[in-house]
Parts: sequence; structure tokens; C-alpha cells
Amino acid sequence: MTDTLDTPTLDDSSPFAGGIVGQARLRKEDPALLTGESKFIDDLVLPGALWIACVRCPHAHARIGSIDSSAALAIDGVVAVHTGPDLADAWAAPLPCAWPVTDDMKNPAHHPVAIDKANYAGDIVAIVVASSRYAAADGVEGVVVDYEPLEAVVDLDDAASDRVVIHDDCGTNVSYDWALIPDPDAVDAAFADAVHHVTETYVHQRLIPAPMEPRGVAAVPSPHNGDMILYSSTQIPHVLKVMAALTLGIPEQKLRVIAPSVGGGFGCKLNVYAEEIVCMALAHYHGVPVRWTETRTEAAVSTIQGRAQRQTIELAADADGKLTAVRATLLADMGAYLQLVAPGVPLLGAFLYHGLYDVPAYAFTCRSVFTNLTPTDAYRGAGRPEATYAIERAMDSLAIAVGVGPDEIRSLNFIPTEKFPYDSPAGLIFDSGNYQPTLDRAKELVDWDGRRAEQAERRSAGSTSQLGLGISSYVEMCGLAPSRTLAALNYGAGGWESATVRILPTCKVQVVTGSTPHGQGHETSWSMIVADQLGVDPDDVEVLHSDTAISPLGMDTYGSRSLSVGGTALWMATEKVIDKARTIAAHMMEANTEDLEFSGGVFSVKGSPDKEVPLAGVAFGAFTAHDLPDGMEPNLEAQVTWDPGNFVFPFGTHIAVVEVDEETGAVELVDYAAVDDCGNQINPMIVEGQLHGGIVQGVAQALWEEAVYDEDGQLRAANLADYLVPSAAECIDMKMDHTVTPSTSNPMGVKGIGEAGTIASTPAVMNAVVDALRPHGITDIVMPASPMRVRRAIEAAGGGAS
Amino acid sequence: MEVSVTVNGTVRSADVEPRTLLAHFLRDDLGLTGTNIGCDTSSCGACTVLVDGRSAKSCTLLAVQADGAEVTTIEGLAGDDGLHPMQQAFHECHALQCGYCTPGMVMAAVSLVDEYDSLDAAGVREGLEGNLCRCTGYQNIVKAVLAASE
Repeated sequence: MTDTLDTPTLDDSSPFAGGIVGQARLRKEDPALLTGESKFIDDLVLPGALWIACVRCPHAHARIGSIDSSAALAIDGVVAVHTGPDLADAWAAPLPCAWPVTDDMKNPAHHPVAIDKANYAGDIVAIVVASSRYAAADGVEGVVVDYEPLEAVVDLDDAASDRVVIHDDCGTNVSYDWALIPDPDAVDAAFADAVHHVTETYVHQRLIPAPMEPRGVAAVPSPHNGDMILYSSTQIPHVLKVMAALTLGIPEQKLRVIAPSVGGGFGCKLNVYAEEIVCMALAHYHGVPVRWTETRTEAAVSTIQGRAQRQTIELAADADGKLTAVRATLLADMGAYLQLVAPGVPLLGAFLYHGLYDVPAYAFTCRSVFTNLTPTDAYRGAGRPEATYAIERAMDSLAIAVGVGPDEIRSLNFIPTEKFPYDSPAGLIFDSGNYQPTLDRAKELVDWDGRRAEQAERRSAGSTSQLGLGISSYVEMCGLAPSRTLAALNYGAGGWESATVRILPTCKVQVVTGSTPHGQGHETSWSMIVADQLGVDPDDVEVLHSDTAISPLGMDTYGSRSLSVGGTALWMATEKVIDKARTIAAHMMEANTEDLEFSGGVFSVKGSPDKEVPLAGVAFGAFTAHDLPDGMEPNLEAQVTWDPGNFVFPFGTHIAVVEVDEETGAVELVDYAAVDDCGNQINPMIVEGQLHGGIVQGVAQALWEEAVYDEDGQLRAANLADYLVPSAAECIDMKMDHTVTPSTSNPMGVKGIGEAGTIASTPAVMNAVVDALRPHGITDIVMPASPMRVRRAIEAAGGGAS
Repeated sequence: MEVSVTVNGTVRSADVEPRTLLAHFLRDDLGLTGTNIGCDTSSCGACTVLVDGRSAKSCTLLAVQADGAEVTTIEGLAGDDGLHPMQQAFHECHALQCGYCTPGMVMAAVSLVDEYDSLDAAGVREGLEGNLCRCTGYQNIVKAVLAASE
């Protein structure tokens, strides 16, 4: 059941009048993807390419002794074996971390191929180069490494204790401590005066992002002129170009990075990985293309993982349950090394532990530690799912303490609509919000009162199939990000985005964007925006992206930034090109520019309906340049780089209904409603699709997925047979609706929606699970709420074995 | 070893290592890269093709096992008159995002619809259990398969 498309998608204040934006237009990306025509990284044909395979340390922590490659080199097709010491001079610097969140953050050298010591099971210790992927895999089996296993640090407290220090040069496992406490006295006073003081501790298990396409790399050198093309299944070709040039010490102008069709990312392709640097270094060394395609089992350890933190949240409230302070404390697992933005992930949540509630006093502290596990980094939502989980779970505890419903405690504390723009206690300015309608509508969609009655009936009838209802209201900050804010957070780059709009002589349109899609449908949405503004057919607008030679300026796609930052740059570039066209049209019609109207792709003179010139005429006139106004450059093209002045703050309410079988511990999702507000919607079909997938990804954290490690640091869920990415059989049809509260942070009034589903759904489901089990006195189940964990919780609560 | 397979209606022969997976044979030897590989445990279904009319994960078969068989890949689905009805339904229902699982998902769906006279949502969900998608939450995939099955 889908209700979304019945609700308006644009606010009356929207700048779009062309009748294209706001429509559920089918995607122009689809035909190539549906027929196998799209080229993903492993599809590229590169004559003469060598394949690499990685020899990975099987131990979580080990000294690397001698490496005997002789058996590998004897295998037909194996060309070379390179070790860490062999390659130490192949790069100018270790793998980069671009977010030193504090001046004294510990950042151990992360060599693409380990030297002397490996620090997680999966750390690369040697590279086999061969003429085929099969021969390279054979070669890995032939490399004999002498390891001296060391004690592994896998537990967060153990890590923080420095019982075993992983990186000698750091002298501690603590990478950094970071705090955001604008007014400590106010927080202390609020807790001292609190009538209700809720303290909860939650664990976010490690998650494997698992886009359906594993990573892949191909580096193509031109040995004589020094050019290098790096193909990578990446979300960030532009950032990668800068970082790869710095890491390898090669001239940036000689490097071109291309992301071909990318089969999903979810944050895990927002990085600079060892294999990218290794392929480039070896392409340079061997003078031929060098490529690598990750296997799924390899991906489980070689690609970053997400979440991995323990959080304690405290709420202070008055007698009615009105919040007076929120205090959050995190212990976050960075894994063995700091990947590109890993230290900043807790900071992206640091501002949001008070959720969408009006709270006067706020404190956040985070300690991040190293473990002997795969490095963590941004995974869909990056910090905001964690923050939302903490506050939304704790709000249910507060409701119980106060003796009101979970809906009532939220309504009581929502930031009132009249307070927007809202000065948040963490120092942000929330652009716009109207929260209560999303809660009301979500309750309606799941028949909240009816379900509550059914829950009570089941309980009184002694049913062992308990019903649970869980609410999650959320606000998130996305549209990363104002460059000055990033500077204040010590991030190593800006948050702008670039777009070029080029009207060709035949009035077809080329758009160049610095955003880099990997499933989000940018080509469709971007063409709709431009077509709406220019009055042309969206099919006449081609969107070029993901190749630094075609799109030299960009900051790429992550943090739900593409539309609100990249889309805004595009909107502005289109306005700029219209302005230029207007000047040319005025010249052609011998009229004043201010007397011209532009509508439906035609310039006309106000009050003189017979005087008009179509955009096509202007485009061809700009091309021939035979009669342009004095000083005007030929051609019709405009480029804008936009740096947002603020984040955007989408919000909504999700409600999950679950059935918990008390005898087996099985949890089944039986109903789900999502009411989201991302401001004006360019294409509601795409918005809804983003939410569908995001919600399921968050539900999966609550119920199914966990990167289970044993005490030796061995991953026990290293493939898709053991790591439970949900299939269609576990999922249900979700009920969707939305409200439209335009952002004031950008002229289109848009907000991001790529991560909202994931941010909202995990606490909704877990609140529902706990709600079902509350008669047992159960207040938490560690995620994922597997049948075993649920049964054990029931037994521990005295529910007995059955 | 010499292997000869009728792929999308054309007999294709090649000399392959005995251990060559059908998926790699299709991709690397025949250049039919529409069949994607998403895992190494036959869990994800991205590499699903039709072998003698029934869906099969092409990473679970050796190329030599397909000797003499008729294989249909995603490249063989669309005809001169455009997309296959299942492809069209995926397009119209927004049943794909990144598109990596899509060829396998479409092939599995074609086989599923072919196998059952009538399907409901639960049947589609069960029937596609062996094909993973990380983008769509399956809602629109189910919708598309039901639409194409009518």
C-alpha cells in the first residue's frame, strides 16, 4: 500500500513551475541497467591487464616474519609477489585520514601493505600479480608467511584499558576524546533538579555495508607520458583523485579518476582504500593496467564496517516528562586504523542526541579507540542513526517512567513549529520543521489505537504471540556541509558542490555535476530540475558525472548531500544560463532584459505577445556568435560552485509493529508506517524508493545483521550465507506518506532523503520489540534481536524455558 | 576443455579451464557482462541466468556442466520490440536503484512467473528469496513481478 503519491510533493512556495519537478517520472538510468548494458568495474575490458590478489593476514594481530613467495612464483601465470617492505617506497604517504578531529588525535601509519605487523584479520601483507584472476588467486595460496600471533584486542573496554597497546608509536589505544558541552553548568543543574532521570546504555553492533557490487579497481598507466587513469567502484572519484595524488606523490593533473556504474555504496565506497593505491603503484611499476575485483568473502574484512559503538544516554525531565537536559557518552570502535573520515562519524551524530526535542541543556562526549578489527567508517547515516537510536529508545523509557504513552512523551517535547529556525542546544540552527503531523499520520497508518487494543487483548488472553508497537521520530542533519562548519570540526576538505549547465547549439542540454550517483537516480532527477527551469524535455538533458576529466570539480555523494548541495549548484547554474540567454534574447528582440519573460522555453516581451524568441533560437545564436551583445562570450554555458550556508534537517516519524513469539523468540515485522518530510520533492518515486531501501537496512540492524567476531578477532559472519542481509521473504510492504516543509537552507527548499529511512527504522523496530516484551520487565535486547537473544531475555526475566 | 553452450540462441564454444565457473565463462570468455557476480557462496543471486529455461545461479555451475545446454542471460531478454515485459515492469515500478542485482533478479523473476500459474505477494517474496537486493527494500520488486505476472 502506498499513499505517498496522493499527497502534494511541492510546497506552494516552490520555485518550480514547469510541471516536471514533483512528478513520479520513470528513471532514464533504467534501460541500460535492465539489459546488462551498464558497465560496472569488473565489466571493463582492459587488454594486457594484470590481476592482483591480496595475501591477507589470517590473524587479528600478528608480527610478520619472513615471506616465502617461491611457490607462488612457480605457478603458471604469476608474474610477481610484492611485500610491504618491497613497496614501502611506492607511495609518498600512508593511507589518508582526512578528519583529524582533535589536534592530538592518534593516527597510526596505515600502510597499504603492512610492514612488520598486521593489525586485523584481513590486513594486506603481500600482493600477488598474475596474468589472470584465477592465477592470482592460486598465487595467494602459494605465498607462505611466517606469523607470530599476538594477543588481539576486540572488546571496547579492553581496548580503552590499554592492556594490550596495538600501535606502539601511539602508546595507547585511545585515538581521541572529543566533547561538545556548550554549558556544563546548565547540564549539571538540570540533572540536579530533575524529577525523572533516565539512564540507558545501548550497543550498536558492527555492520557490514554489503552493497551488492563488491569493490573493484583498475589502474591504467601511460608509462611514457605519465598519465594514469584510475577506475574504481567508488562514491568519491573527486576526493579520491586528490587523496591518491597526495598518497602516491604523483602530479594531480596527470591523474584521471573514473567511477563507472557503481553498484551501491552506502558509505563503504566513500574511502581511499589500500587496493586503489596498490593498483596504481603496481600499474606504474609494471607499466601495464593492473586490476582487482573484491570477492564477497574478502569484502567482509577488507571494506570498512559501520556503527560499532556503545552509547550511554541520560535524560533529565520535569514531573510532566518535559526534557530539561540530555547527556550522551560514547565509546566508539575505529577498528585497527583510521580510515578516511572514521573519526568524524561520531561527530556527525554528536549534535543530535537530543533528537527533535526542545531541550535547553546538552552534553556530548566521545572516546574513540583502536581494536584489532576491520576499520570502521561511514555507513548509511553515519552518526545520525546512532544518535537517533539513543534518544528514541530512551524516550520510551522516559514515557514509562512518567507514566504516559510513547506518542504523548514525544508530542510534549517536540520542538514547537513556531520556534523555527531553531537554535539547537548543540549549536546548530534547524532550518524548518513541523513534527507533530508526521506522528499523527504514522499513527493513523498503523491504526495505533486498534493495535493497542489488540495488544491488550492478546496479553489478557495469555497469548504467547505478543504484539509490540514502536515509534521513532527523528530529525537528521544532512546536506554535508557548510565548509566553515567543516573547518570548525577539523575536517580536511570543504562541503561545496559544482555544476555546469551547457545548452548545445541544437538546444539539447548537457549537465555536468560533481555529485556521483551509485543508484540514487541523479540522471533522472537532475534532468527534471533543469528541464523544469528551461522548459525543455527531460529526455533532452544529458547528465554527465563520475569522471574527473569530464567533471573536474566535485565533492561527490555521501551524507545525503547530492540534491541539497549538488542540486542547488545545478539550479543556480541553470538560473545563470537563463540570465545569459535572456541578455542574448533581449539583444535579438531589441528589448530590455527586464522586459523579458521566460516561460515554457520561450522568451517574450511583456505586453507584446507577438515578440518572442525560443530558447533554441538563443542557443543557436550563442553558438554562431554572429550577433551577440558587445563583450558577451559565445556559447550558452554556466558553471556554479555552491557552498551551503547551513545543513538541511529532514524529519519524520516511523512506527513499527512486530509480533514476538515468546516460545521461539522469533520477531516478525507485521506492519510499518513511514511519514517523512524532506521538503520539496523533485521525484517522489525516487524519494519513496530511497526510503524503502533505507528502512529495510535499518530494520536489518535491529533484527538480523551483525558482524560477529570471536574473542580472537576472527569474523564469524564473513559471507552472505552467515551475514544476514534480508531477502524479500523477511520484508513487508511498508505504508508510506509524507509532509512537505521546505528547507530554508537552499532555494529549492529541498532536504536529503538517502539516509532517513535507515536513521528512523532501527529504533522504531527495537522500541516495538521491547514494547512487546515489557510485561516481562524487559527493557532492552541487544541488537540484532535474534530468536536466541529474545528467548534468553525472556528466560532471564523468569519467563522459563518452553 | 572444449565447451559448447547455446547462449541467447547462438552456439558459443570456447576452450576453458575445467574449473571455470559458468558465470566467468559468460562474462570473461563470451563478453556477456550483464550477468553480475555479487558473492562467492551462491547466496546473492546476482548471477542468475536461465539454463534450459529454469533459473540457475551461474556461479554454482561450472561452464563444462552447461555444455550442450541452452542459456539465456539478461542480454538475451529484450527483443527487437523493446524490453521484455519483466524488464518493463521493473522500469515502471521503480524496482531497481543501483541495478547490480537487477539482471539476476529479473531472470529469477522471469523463471518464477513462468513456473507458477498465479502468484501473490507472498509467493513472489518466497520465490525470490535467493536473490538479494540492498537498495529497494524489495517493495517495488514485488510490485513489478506481480504486475508482470498478470
